[in-house]
Amino acid sequence: MESTIFTERADQIHRKGMEPFQIACNKESLAGAVSQRACVFCGSRVVLYPIADALHLVHGPIGCAAYTWDIRGALSSGPELHRLSFSTDLQEKDVIFGGEAKLSRALVELIDRYRPEAAFVYSTCIVGIIGDDLEGVCRRVAQEKGIPVIPVQSEGFKGNKRAGYNAACQAMMQLVGTGNTAGISPRSVNILGDFNLAGEIWIIRDYFRRMGIEVVANITGDGRVADIRRAHGAALNVVQCSGATQDLAKMMQERYGTPFLRVSYFGVEDMAESLYAVARFFGDPKIMARTQALVRQELTALYPRLQHYRRALRGKKAAIYVGGAFKAFSLIKAFRLLDMQVVLVGSQTGTEADYRELAEICDDGTIIVDDSNPLELSSFLQEKEVDIFVGGVKERPIAYKLGVGFCDHNHERKEPLEGFVGMLNFAKEVYTSVMSPVWRFLPRHHQAASDCPPSGGVDHDNTRPPA
Amino acid sequence: MGKKSMSSSISAFKEKKPGPAAYVSTTNACKLCTPLGACLAFRGVAGAVPFLHGSQGCATYMRRYIISHFREPMDIASSSLGEKHAIYGGGPNLKQGLRNVISKYHPQLIGVATTCLTETIGDDVPRLVKEFIQEYQEQGDAAPLPRIVTVSSPSYHGTHMEGFHRAVRNLVDQLTVPGPPVDAVNLLPGLVSPADIRYLKEILTDFGLRGIILPDISETLDGPQLATYRKIPAGGTSLEDIAQMGRARATIEYGATLKDQDTAGTLLAERFGVNLFQIGLPIGLRETDLFFSLLEMLSGQAIPEKHELERGRLLDAYVDGHKYVFGKKAVVYGEEDLVVGLTAFLAEIGVQPVLCASGGHSGRLKTAVAAVAADLLPEMPEVRGGVDFYDIAEEAQNLAPDLLIGHSKGYHLAKQWQIPLIRVGFPIHDRFGGQRLLHLGYRGAQQLLDRLINAVLAKKQDDSSIGYGYL
Repeated sequence: MESTIFTERADQIHRKGMEPFQIACNKESLAGAVSQRACVFCGSRVVLYPIADALHLVHGPIGCAAYTWDIRGALSSGPELHRLSFSTDLQEKDVIFGGEAKLSRALVELIDRYRPEAAFVYSTCIVGIIGDDLEGVCRRVAQEKGIPVIPVQSEGFKGNKRAGYNAACQAMMQLVGTGNTAGISPRSVNILGDFNLAGEIWIIRDYFRRMGIEVVANITGDGRVADIRRAHGAALNVVQCSGATQDLAKMMQERYGTPFLRVSYFGVEDMAESLYAVARFFGDPKIMARTQALVRQELTALYPRLQHYRRALRGKKAAIYVGGAFKAFSLIKAFRLLDMQVVLVGSQTGTEADYRELAEICDDGTIIVDDSNPLELSSFLQEKEVDIFVGGVKERPIAYKLGVGFCDHNHERKEPLEGFVGMLNFAKEVYTSVMSPVWRFLPRHHQAASDCPPSGGVDHDNTRPPA
Repeated sequence: MGKKSMSSSISAFKEKKPGPAAYVSTTNACKLCTPLGACLAFRGVAGAVPFLHGSQGCATYMRRYIISHFREPMDIASSSLGEKHAIYGGGPNLKQGLRNVISKYHPQLIGVATTCLTETIGDDVPRLVKEFIQEYQEQGDAAPLPRIVTVSSPSYHGTHMEGFHRAVRNLVDQLTVPGPPVDAVNLLPGLVSPADIRYLKEILTDFGLRGIILPDISETLDGPQLATYRKIPAGGTSLEDIAQMGRARATIEYGATLKDQDTAGTLLAERFGVNLFQIGLPIGLRETDLFFSLLEMLSGQAIPEKHELERGRLLDAYVDGHKYVFGKKAVVYGEEDLVVGLTAFLAEIGVQPVLCASGGHSGRLKTAVAAVAADLLPEMPEVRGGVDFYDIAEEAQNLAPDLLIGHSKGYHLAKQWQIPLIRVGFPIHDRFGGQRLLHLGYRGAQQLLDRLINAVLAKKQDDSSIGYGYL
């Protein structure tokens, strides 16, 4: 069979144990390769989107706003302005004569209508080309309306999603430091890089509350402008999601001396270690004792409930393809906890350090891939006879067309996957897909069965025939 | 069988009230962008790979949006332009992208649609493609050269429907060739569901007609499970069929708002002299009657008994259900032609459309709505083109609708007003089976009627404390 791998992309794929570690990444996507990546705008939009009391105005033609309308399932405990989709809906004449006047009027109109705490104005490809003075318009409207109006330099073509994360952090940095920090506890943190999908940040906030730690700002899940403005008053930034908000943590460290810790709330090991790391940072034995009690309590409740799933899923093969590499680490550990085997792991925007670290913790033979595409992913899934594929919406039909189970670990999930309870939900979700009887009827499995008579190695404990 | 009333008494039309202030901003758009429509159209051609000349995000966003509706793979290639390409031109990336798609997908056709970025930096895509073809042939590459069709589809010009129709037009423009007549009828259905297309094929076959349906997403966007993964899904209109369209006996083109526009239908008529019949989407009894009478004429056959029976059952259901829905007030929204068809159907069953709204703004929506419904409705609905869901909500507030009919994106209004939403069209992102919804013909009207009445009954049952077991 001819290779599905482009020559130009061969160095973006590594097979652990078959060759010395080397991987190319952080490259522009190959034209024509159907990358699963999005763009700079997408990066900015996903990071800032959950700030619920801000106006998010997309300056551009309609598509960019239409495709990001209420896209993330980031929940708010209060205002829900973020769930609406605002656009300047640029038309041909705006492109010819410039969109500044329209932007200015649109901003004023929307600020008057919704009275937001701040406004973010996203630049799109075309704005970068026609040269609208976004900053000038924002400055004038901010003066007129008395709220921060912040340009987000997110022209789609100016890099990939990571450049968008950076633009979002730059934008938030304009808010940080403008609020009053009086009354903030010395035992306080900001939660960075959690977007409150399915209410996840509430789980994490509850853990911190039980540890006796104050959370100043959610950045950005269930986020509020006023909290972000006083975020520099927190003693520590706790940063999840390697790509998205680390830049903000670094900027805050530089400007305000706020230290930061990298954490992950996925999987039992990483969740517990994240809480311990925060407890260690404060060096308060009372906090540590409360943290130990919390972890013990959660694990005592969790482990017995996990066993059922673990028994059923033992030895199944998993593939991971996610946006940022950070999530992949936790997922590998989570699958190990379920006695499952990870055979493929990849991300859209990982760095060389990420992939090197991944290679270190993976088993021999595991495929590690950067910025993959449907053809590669489908061939890897077949080659590795994968039982479950973890990814986002765009990966789902690839799995399903191949008769492979799927777990949505992206924006559209409706069950929390973070925290200790998240591990249980994750196991349940994997189980729900892998153990379904539907796979038995698929042509691929019939064919595989006839290619290889099911005499040896049939696991009778298994509702799925061997592939 | 009944013939469509041709009366289009616009006099019954309400005077346009001084509407609410036109907003500068768009809130919750009731339309999608132009290249998305072009990609959907290209997906309905056999062996085709849609290709966006622009930045990577466009392709990825549209794929995600389309996948969430059809639950099928939807590969859209991209030239993935970066900053330097935006400055120096996207030609080299376009060519590299085309080469890569050819080498890995072995397509029969690549449908290249432009985006705002490449239109604005001034890339001359037809010229670049011509150069590419020449270079490719000179180099004598291994993989055969596919056909490459281009369409200009900047997002700042029109909606996804303009992109869709323009792509269909350009397919015909660039692929159809003269030759001896063929015994076929062209059918240009517009953006309808895979289930609709399968049903249209069945109807044409039952009339003994060879139909060339362009585009045909019946398999490409609703495919079966297979033993192996196909890089390009099976199905779609074949290139041979598209080549022959200029020699067909007639073209039927759906779209009440397409009259006298530069469409595939008018192109086939003007360039090749193919008789053009432009009719509305056959939704509801009378619009379907019109379609079937056209087929009777073109085939020289009376309506096959199977379809006559379906028509009879539909009428029977109209009678059985009429009291449940009479006088109910509905807000209808979505693509202009879909809105016209749905309004025709609603008027027939005694539902009062109070607002017909679309993000599209052809300027022909109002006339088209009047033409299909004016003789049935005691009062004409408000008709608003070029609106978003903020406008729709504002307009509908005072109209106290009982029902919403449209795609998934109106759900927030249904929830807010606690009224049923009958989901139709594209996209259906919050229900299962959007690709299998039937809208067209007697069978589609039957399903719409069943779903609509059941939505009304469910609401009645849910709102009642009695728990009626018979309704």
